[in-house]
Amino acid sequence: MARERILMGEYDVVVVGAGHAGCEAALACARMGMKTLMFSITLDAIAMMPCNPSIGGTGKGHLVREIDALGGEMGINIDKTFLQSRMLNTAKGPAVHSLRAQADKNRYHIEMKKVIEHTENLDMKQGEVVELLTENGKVTGVIEKTGAEYKARAVILATGTFLSGKVFIGSSNYMSGPNGLAPSIELADSLKKAGMKLRRFKTGTPARCLKDSLDFSKMEEQKGDEVPVPFSFLNDSIGENKISCYLTYTNEHTHKVILDNLTRSALFGGEIEGIGPRYCPSIEDKVNRFRDKERHQLFVEPEGLDTDEMYIQGMSSSLPEDVQRDFYKTIPGLENLRIVRSAYAIEYDCIDPQDLNLNLEYKTIENLFCAGQLNGSSGYEEAACQGLMAGINAALKLKGEPPFILGRDEAYIGVLLDDLITKGTNEPYRIMTSRAEYRLLLRQDNADQRLTEKSYRIGLASEERYMRYLKKKENVEKEFERLKGKTASPLKANPLLSRKGTTEVESGVNFVELLKRPQITYEDLKEIDDETRPELTYHEIAQLEVQIKYEGYIKKQLEQIKKYKKLEDRKLDPDMDYSKIEGLRIEGAQKLSQVKPLSIGQASRISGVSPADINVLLIYLEKMRRTNG
Amino acid sequence: MNDFNDTISSVSTAPGEGGIGIIRISGDRSLDILNAIFTKDVKTPNYMTYGHIKDQDKTVDEVMAVYFKAPHSYTREDVVEIQCHGGIVSLKKILELTLKHGARLAEPGEFTKRAFLNGRLDLTQAEAVIDLIRAKSDRTFDVSLSQLEGKFSRKIRDIRNVILDSLVNLTVNIDYPDEDIEELTYEKLKSDLSDGKKMIEDLLKTSDTGRILREGLKVSIIGKPNVGKSSLMNALLNESRAIVTEIPGTTRDTIEEAVVIRGIPVSLVDTAGIRDTEDVIEKIGIEKSKEAFNTSDLVLFIVDRSRDITDEDRSIALLVKGRKAIVLLNKTDLPEKADISELGLDDMKIIPMSVQGESGIEELKDEIEKLVYSGDVKQNDSVLITNVRHKNLLLNAAQSLSDALVLVEVREPLELIEIDVNAAYTDLGEIIGDSVNDNIIDEVFKRFCLGK
Repeated sequence: MARERILMGEYDVVVVGAGHAGCEAALACARMGMKTLMFSITLDAIAMMPCNPSIGGTGKGHLVREIDALGGEMGINIDKTFLQSRMLNTAKGPAVHSLRAQADKNRYHIEMKKVIEHTENLDMKQGEVVELLTENGKVTGVIEKTGAEYKARAVILATGTFLSGKVFIGSSNYMSGPNGLAPSIELADSLKKAGMKLRRFKTGTPARCLKDSLDFSKMEEQKGDEVPVPFSFLNDSIGENKISCYLTYTNEHTHKVILDNLTRSALFGGEIEGIGPRYCPSIEDKVNRFRDKERHQLFVEPEGLDTDEMYIQGMSSSLPEDVQRDFYKTIPGLENLRIVRSAYAIEYDCIDPQDLNLNLEYKTIENLFCAGQLNGSSGYEEAACQGLMAGINAALKLKGEPPFILGRDEAYIGVLLDDLITKGTNEPYRIMTSRAEYRLLLRQDNADQRLTEKSYRIGLASEERYMRYLKKKENVEKEFERLKGKTASPLKANPLLSRKGTTEVESGVNFVELLKRPQITYEDLKEIDDETRPELTYHEIAQLEVQIKYEGYIKKQLEQIKKYKKLEDRKLDPDMDYSKIEGLRIEGAQKLSQVKPLSIGQASRISGVSPADINVLLIYLEKMRRTNG
Repeated sequence: MNDFNDTISSVSTAPGEGGIGIIRISGDRSLDILNAIFTKDVKTPNYMTYGHIKDQDKTVDEVMAVYFKAPHSYTREDVVEIQCHGGIVSLKKILELTLKHGARLAEPGEFTKRAFLNGRLDLTQAEAVIDLIRAKSDRTFDVSLSQLEGKFSRKIRDIRNVILDSLVNLTVNIDYPDEDIEELTYEKLKSDLSDGKKMIEDLLKTSDTGRILREGLKVSIIGKPNVGKSSLMNALLNESRAIVTEIPGTTRDTIEEAVVIRGIPVSLVDTAGIRDTEDVIEKIGIEKSKEAFNTSDLVLFIVDRSRDITDEDRSIALLVKGRKAIVLLNKTDLPEKADISELGLDDMKIIPMSVQGESGIEELKDEIEKLVYSGDVKQNDSVLITNVRHKNLLLNAAQSLSDALVLVEVREPLELIEIDVNAAYTDLGEIIGDSVNDNIIDEVFKRFCLGK
């Protein structure tokens, strides 16, 4: 029976989904002046963290800083709700220092919901969107399950793992969204009808158990950093750590239980068709593939302050519940554990990101934008940054302004989007610092210097953020100049140098030179400095130090970027008919037609496009230029 | 792909043009490169300057050099042309010097491509340029296929695997600090990277000392009189449009010619008449022939298919036995008379040909190319680097590893070391046409159990 269609509203932008991508998308649109409506199957799931209770980590922490620098919400929200904070990778250089914070999941959700509730231009609504309305290949609105119709000039899809979600535990499987929530089933048919190609990916999550059923004395305690560091450039300090995490290991008994029951896993039963990520394997996958590894580590992490539920990181599984119980109990400290939520695998519909333009707009449906897991990524941070970029680009498109695209030399966000859209992915995509060519420049400490001005110009970053960015920039530059003009006598410097285990000096030594030594920090210089030394903030010191310590390498990478830029600056018309270009190989022409690259640089990264194809393209471009000019 | 604004260099005279050869350099750094290797300081455009090309203190050749300032040049970029003696040794040496000083070896057609892209040529020439590029890439494909089987690419893969180990360890240590994996120590890095560097240096040594790069593959042509030796020689010379230089010291009894076959420098020796004789003067010639024969890397044994096998054929067959040789059955245009099995050389590659009718020559070149790239011509384990581009990439890779080792020595953080190691891996990959990044990430997940 056909639903009665009732027109319930008109918006500039409708966002389908209120996870990490949906929230950032909706907030960005609203902040850029778009009348925006955000849908969630339940409003209790806004900014829900259905998997690990943490934000950040290697590469991911960089993304959060970039989201923040652009005026997104994730950094501010985790600063409000963190339970424990750690800077990872401090044994390595500052370019790969990565911030990670344990989150209070419920508070994270509540604080984000509050922001949404109080944002001008932004409405939210509980409801399941079942239909995408299009006219002549252009988005016109959405229809809710109730028949309510909302007209929209643009739609942003951020369906996460809800779209045709299917949960697997042992031999059982059923349609479900994450965390026991209702799936979104009808929408997939509508999307297919509109011409979208869907495929299946999968992911999984471990069990949750109660705190008082665990014996922490058998585990290793993991404390946070002495002084937690804020994610957001708007915060100079964020308060104390509130909890600890715990480390323990599997053993031969665990592995035996798992291997004995391997055939009972949904993963090995052949019922899961979706492709899972390699970097987030289930425990049965790990034990099976790495048979000679004697133990696997797992972290036990609190889910929040108002609950005793604990997350068992590193132990996701789709084995039956009895096997789960049995193998968890072989682990020191977990012998008496009481599971309150079982581990499960979840499979969902997603698109091929190569069907998107670099502004995240679907190639064949105008004003339809896609973000997050729907695009084949994985992780809260990866989702959030796509949501932000989709929101920005939807708003710009409606305003008739050029798209906002970040290069691989400008941001991890640029790397992520270019990887997804230009190269495509065969598994849920996770950011890694090694995916970035210019890792030394794309650092956490300078994300604001790289991005805030750009965001301010397109009307997203707030006045407050922009002023802080300017002030930090000025303070860092001023202090750099001051240090350059300052020297310390051997008498003054040598006690410090010998204490820090670095060579003493025989004549006066410049402060910048001192700071270049790996053993010396800006803080150390305080004792040999004078009253002209300013009080710098955490963020300012972080950037100043890196800039000085890695000056030479930074210059080298800037040189490489110049070369990269030349290719990026040779623009290509996305509507070019590659089949008509003589000299291109068939494979090259096909790939180029699919991806529709915007520049020669982007074209050169498409697999299947050879250097000879690029040369042919260059000549073709020159030919066209002359014919037309 | 190549950055199209860097400085490129190559030999621009067609091989075989005679006494003078020209090296052309194009790009911003052209003049700097010239002045770095030239005894004179060139500043003014469009003037010929006489001087010497030097490799540090050693004089390489006396040359004339000219500088064309952009946009008044063939490519509309700064261009330098060095006119030197036309021999392959001199050309190659000067080319290598320009590369050493920062030029990149130009791809075939690249000067023309630049000329076109910079608005120098007219539209009708565009198609020709595309053909050049196409032809080149197809050719590269063939060569890489044949090299795929060869010792050279195996060797490159071996070195890359050693470097990949370090790269994977670096990546996993940087991106997975919280995982239960073995920490990568500076000691391990040092020993692994040193291994890689040594492997490259060993490989480079074969290129520096290997005769094939310097003097070419020594090929001697042998056969009884009037069997077609000279015709074959001429055919190879003509067809390969050879850079012909008569090497001093050769007598008319053994004629030695340098040719380039499929990019491989080859020195051809026509061993005029090896046979018993009492004539003293002739004997000297024969001694020389025998010596040339004995020191050759490859023997081409020509048999006249249209005549019966003679004792002379049989005695030459005895000489050839056990050597790396190809048997050429000449004169297929005439009725067959010879019974080749009488020679007992069944295990050798036999190519029927007609030098007069110009058939079989291509097959012979294929075979020579295959032998060189498979490493079969040299009986020892050494691998030959015949290609300037390969040599250059190997030099770059070695340099990158040296840089990385310096960083290891002073305990710089891993992400800095990774940059140099990655550069070495990329350069080696370019030799065998392999791309990098996904490779490493695949390897990381294959080797380590990672993730939550």
